[in-house]
Amino acid sequence: MLKNLCQKMFGRSLWVYHANSGGCNGCDIEVLNVLTPYYDVERFGIKLVGSPRHADVMLCQGPAMRATARALRCAYDAMPAPKLVFAIGGCACGGGIWHDSYPVIGPVEKVIPVNFYIPGCPPRPEAIIYGVAVAVGLVDKKVAPVEFKQLEMPIPRYHPDDLRGRDEMVVYEKAEKV
Amino acid sequence: MSILSKFKEAMTGIKAGCVTLDYPARPRPVAENFRGRPVFDAQKCIGCAGCANNCPAREILVYDVCQEVRILKYLGRRCTYCGRCADVCPEKAITMSREFETATDKISDIQQRLDLFMSTCQRCGRCFKESSPLEQLKLKGYRFDDLANERWIFRSRAYLENEPVVDDIKIELD
Repeated sequence: MLKNLCQKMFGRSLWVYHANSGGCNGCDIEVLNVLTPYYDVERFGIKLVGSPRHADVMLCQGPAMRATARALRCAYDAMPAPKLVFAIGGCACGGGIWHDSYPVIGPVEKVIPVNFYIPGCPPRPEAIIYGVAVAVGLVDKKVAPVEFKQLEMPIPRYHPDDLRGRDEMVVYEKAEKV
Repeated sequence: MSILSKFKEAMTGIKAGCVTLDYPARPRPVAENFRGRPVFDAQKCIGCAGCANNCPAREILVYDVCQEVRILKYLGRRCTYCGRCADVCPEKAITMSREFETATDKISDIQQRLDLFMSTCQRCGRCFKESSPLEQLKLKGYRFDDLANERWIFRSRAYLENEPVVDDIKIELD
């Protein structure tokens, strides 16, 4: 549904605005790398613009910091209405390594709504292109939540009363049933 | 002269070819030593929570439901793919995959959750003790990280929450 909405909203080129709210510059370099002729992201019509008022997409790097959160919010509000926000890198997705320190508020989604997440520290240029392609609808996303279970519930609870002595050994009586 | 030089330039332009990577259409292999998303093997995992204790981003949460069941949850939001969890894992249950295409529209897509069976010592009903006092300090006992809010809590208890405290068991062999 979001894919269709994207295709409807962004029939033409995406113009991106590049907002760093306190990152380490690693993701910025990767984003600029994406715009070079080797990973030519202008194939998809993506162009870097200098003002949020011209932009359709905001690329957020770095966590929401105490000092820059308000500016980030202002930049988001300045963007015209059909807008997307990409959180690029581990800081923008989850708050970064220093997520629990004083100047860091947390992930970018605490300040502005985020549509797409590209984790990595920093993400590869290919990963960023992949995120863009997922947003535009060229490819499908590959990841899904994984859940493993080693056991079937319910299992008998351990209790010391079930311990039995059996020639020089103490055996947990219910062990066979587990 | 000018026409000839233009022709020469056009020839070099044709010879140069295209450098642009046709990435999303064609797959792009990564380097041999590239570290991507860690993958947890539930068959090998013994639930020692060494990865949770050593994760610099505090992205692996441990929750003890009861004495036998331990939930290990990898969130992966701010994971830097440093590989310390894979390094510290005694059973090599964590492998750093070479998978980097993890872009999603929902951050919960990159979670991995393991429900582990923790067998207890049949003699004392507890987990095994570390040898040195320093190692014992690192051991955190039962862990109750905040799974609902996905927060790591630096706290430990010697007993289980919502459970009657079981005293030390004195076993007499007859």
